[in-house]
Amino acid sequence: MAFFFAQFLTGLANAAALFLVASGLSLIFGVTRIVNFAHGSFYMLGAFVGVTLMEVLPGAVGFWGAIILTGLAVGAIGAFVEMVVLRPIYRAPELFQLVATFGVILVIQDLALMIWGAEDRLGPRAPGLRGVWRIFGEPVPKYDIILIAITPFILFALWYLITRTRVGVLVRAATQDREMVGALGVNQAWLFTGVFALGSALAGWGGALQLPKGGADLLMDFNIIGAVFVVVVIGGMGSLPGAFIAAVLISVLSVFGVTYLPQSTLVLMFVVMAIVLIVRPYGLLGREEVAGEHGQAGAPETPIRPYGRVGKMLVAGLLALLATLPLFAEQFVLTLTVDMIVFALFAASLHFILGTGGLVSFGHAAFFGGGAYAAALLVFHTDTRMELAFLFAPFAAGLLALGIGWFCIRLTGVYFAMLTLAFSQLVWSLAFQWRDVTRGDDGLVNIWPADWLNSPSAYYYFTLALGVGGILFLRHVIHAPFGYALRAGRDSPRQAEATGIDVKRIQYAAFALAGAMAGLAGGIFVFSKGSVFPTELEIGASFDALIVVFLGGVKTLAGGVVGAGFMTLVEDWLTRLEYWRLLLGLLIIAVVIIAPEGIVGSLRSLCTQIRGSESEVSK
Amino acid sequence: MTFTRRTLLAMATALAPIAALTPVTALAQDSIKIGEINHYKRLAAFAEPYKLGIELAVEEINADGGVLGKPLEFIFRDDQGDPAEAIKIAEELMTRDGAVMLTGTILSNVGLALSSFAAEKGYLYLAAEPLADSLVWSSGNPQTFRLRASTWVQAAMLAEEAAKTDAIRYATIAPNYAYGQDAVEAFKENLLRLKPDVEFVAEQWPALFKIDAGAEVQALERAKPDAIYNVTFGTDLAKFVRDGGDRGLFDGRNVYGLLTGEPEYLDPLGDEAPEGWFVTGYPWYALEDGTPGKTFVDAYMDTTGETPKIGSLVGYMTVLSIAAAIEKAGATDTASLIAAFEGLEVEDTPIGLLSYRELDNQSTMGAYVGTLAVEDGKGVMVDWSYKDPAPYMPTDDEIRAMRPAE
Repeated sequence: MAFFFAQFLTGLANAAALFLVASGLSLIFGVTRIVNFAHGSFYMLGAFVGVTLMEVLPGAVGFWGAIILTGLAVGAIGAFVEMVVLRPIYRAPELFQLVATFGVILVIQDLALMIWGAEDRLGPRAPGLRGVWRIFGEPVPKYDIILIAITPFILFALWYLITRTRVGVLVRAATQDREMVGALGVNQAWLFTGVFALGSALAGWGGALQLPKGGADLLMDFNIIGAVFVVVVIGGMGSLPGAFIAAVLISVLSVFGVTYLPQSTLVLMFVVMAIVLIVRPYGLLGREEVAGEHGQAGAPETPIRPYGRVGKMLVAGLLALLATLPLFAEQFVLTLTVDMIVFALFAASLHFILGTGGLVSFGHAAFFGGGAYAAALLVFHTDTRMELAFLFAPFAAGLLALGIGWFCIRLTGVYFAMLTLAFSQLVWSLAFQWRDVTRGDDGLVNIWPADWLNSPSAYYYFTLALGVGGILFLRHVIHAPFGYALRAGRDSPRQAEATGIDVKRIQYAAFALAGAMAGLAGGIFVFSKGSVFPTELEIGASFDALIVVFLGGVKTLAGGVVGAGFMTLVEDWLTRLEYWRLLLGLLIIAVVIIAPEGIVGSLRSLCTQIRGSESEVSK
Repeated sequence: MTFTRRTLLAMATALAPIAALTPVTALAQDSIKIGEINHYKRLAAFAEPYKLGIELAVEEINADGGVLGKPLEFIFRDDQGDPAEAIKIAEELMTRDGAVMLTGTILSNVGLALSSFAAEKGYLYLAAEPLADSLVWSSGNPQTFRLRASTWVQAAMLAEEAAKTDAIRYATIAPNYAYGQDAVEAFKENLLRLKPDVEFVAEQWPALFKIDAGAEVQALERAKPDAIYNVTFGTDLAKFVRDGGDRGLFDGRNVYGLLTGEPEYLDPLGDEAPEGWFVTGYPWYALEDGTPGKTFVDAYMDTTGETPKIGSLVGYMTVLSIAAAIEKAGATDTASLIAAFEGLEVEDTPIGLLSYRELDNQSTMGAYVGTLAVEDGKGVMVDWSYKDPAPYMPTDDEIRAMRPAE
């Protein structure tokens, strides 16, 4: 019993930092609707700034003073980021801002490396709080007790701020209906900046408070972000008490998981999240999202139509160029183009459900990697012919999408996104941990194409035919009645239902189709690289696709393809430079600010404008 | 004060690449180029000392007239820790940049991907740092050579020491991925062979770099082991050591730490380094004057102004191996280079004579083992020794059985 209680205390202590970071993210999302991927970066900044300040300020006063100052400093950085990066793009399509926050992550990673160096920093001990107290005979670190004692005060302070002060009233009002708050004369811009600063400060405090239990290192931004999102989603996006309950729940369950199911450390929290979302689609204390959120911000979308003559000729010209490429280009250009086509098909399949279907998936890599693994497993274990194994890739990925979609499709918006993320993590952990079958992290190697395809130009034509074919097929589907039904369901589910469209079934079918096409891309991928590793199933792989779709332009048909092409080329070039993450981050932020409709969308608007002024002149 | 100076330096370096957007590859015309692929950003703490070690060796070799009368040149490329990206870069290095062979990577999965790629395309790959046993054994191929002593060998060295004690009940803690699992498996097999009555009473598997140290320590304590085998490293290790120390987990218990003595992991612990642990590592500070190991350490500290890490040593020896192979081959085509690496002998390396076994393409680089102590507020290895890997290897026949038919 004493042991049990001591474990419970460990869980509570772990919950403290987690709650601080998660509450900041939840606040930011609640008011600004920004899914802030960079939140982990503020946590990391908090840790580094905290270590630096603690080295300068001596004694107990210095230690606690450093923590308070850290929060203020990180809050100021957050305010700066909000004003410079996010403020210009609030009117962009929903979730577009997450691309900008991704740019911020890259910039902060390189800046932190420059300022603090590569070596891990061990956090200073809290003065006077080294060692343990014995509780029922079990040792409990003193600092754990302090953390447990502090957390309720922070929760209370936040609760007081939100429910008892005028600022809190405004924040709550903005959470419910930000247009109305603006209409009532509240300066939204400063409200958003303030909330973003507060959220960042909370993350910074989280980073500084955990120092005596750990330290500061350059990987901690990505390492915490998964757990933080899980906590926010389980609690219900935007709900502070929910975040608190979820932080405690996850932390305590993890502690018991470590003891009684030591192998579960990778997936436990994602399993909990999946269960919670399946039972309670909006988290423990969350509210249902306002219907029709998608497409509200920004100008209304013009109806899609097939390309005109110029567009068709451009595409034909591009295809002709690609078809003749092996005649004059060197081998590496072919490889790079294969990579580009694979990524373009993967992005196009995500773009299909995201742009046309309005379903934001955070776990699309499960189907890309799933397809790659399906083919690789057949070759590796049964020596299946490459042609057959290749066909199995889209088939298996489609089946996987049917399975995952069955759970996810009933959810909407961010909750849908997070459930897909949870499932993709489950698939990842399966590949990672089931070593007898998948060889885990060692991956499946020596998966090369059949002899007749095993030359650079042969495989290039194979990729060109299937990749471009897949992209054109998806495009065709968008223009077919199925595509119209899908868009109807996205723009107005109620009207679509009323005209006899079974919205959920259409979405389900689209999700499966997108999964199969991602699997096709995965199949091409695995035979071009000769190996597959769990990295292809990671959250990062899903986000890569998500980012290029937004960067290319969600509300355009070519967005995914153009974004993928752009990103492949830019990355290939930038990674040759020393500080490529900084440059890439700045470039992404610049593109996002200059072209808030994405590359294709903004080019199109520009063309329309030019044409518009021309036709006025000719009149 | 250091903070301000660093910040200024950082700002200066931040602006530099914007001013001059030139690739890092130099354009010497008739140099011999080696393609070096690594996770320079993702694992900066490990890759940077490794790169410095390479640069030191290249500088020394070129000052001596280079190899085959030409300067040696390394092309450094960042793969973001992604195996697929690494393969793309490898192809570019070999087909476009004119590299004669490939080397690099720290992560085993990237190393395995490059190894498979090299075998398929007929390139030569020297895996410098990856520890996975499968690289030269179960997934081995004629095109892949490996420098560092693998997981199996280092774990076997610890198991040998553990078998000398009376401890019967063992608990293990290792990061939950291939390396951690292999390391535990290797320790278990070796220890059970030496001492069959040993039992393993707890196995803990924290997620890499996401350890819940308090919970892991409680779980280990609950199993009441006589001894503990640790494979965690980096920030996981720091948290584990801190929480375990506070809660008295290590009191009266033997602890065996794989890689724990390597400066990469030991230095950040400062005066909280866990005293009494028996570890593998790199005691550069205790090498005697006049030994080749010490000469390297001095040269490294002179040129870089930093203390060496194990990565520095590996980077340095990688270049020595490659230069020796090119000299032996007398040419730079892949077939000659592979033939040269088979049974290659490199004299006068920091560890003495280094050779590459014809049996499995593994080098004879061993490992340092010793006991941790705290001196002058820093963790150091004492009573250390350098161990040759040969006695800890499986038999030649076992290795031949593991290696796919060549």
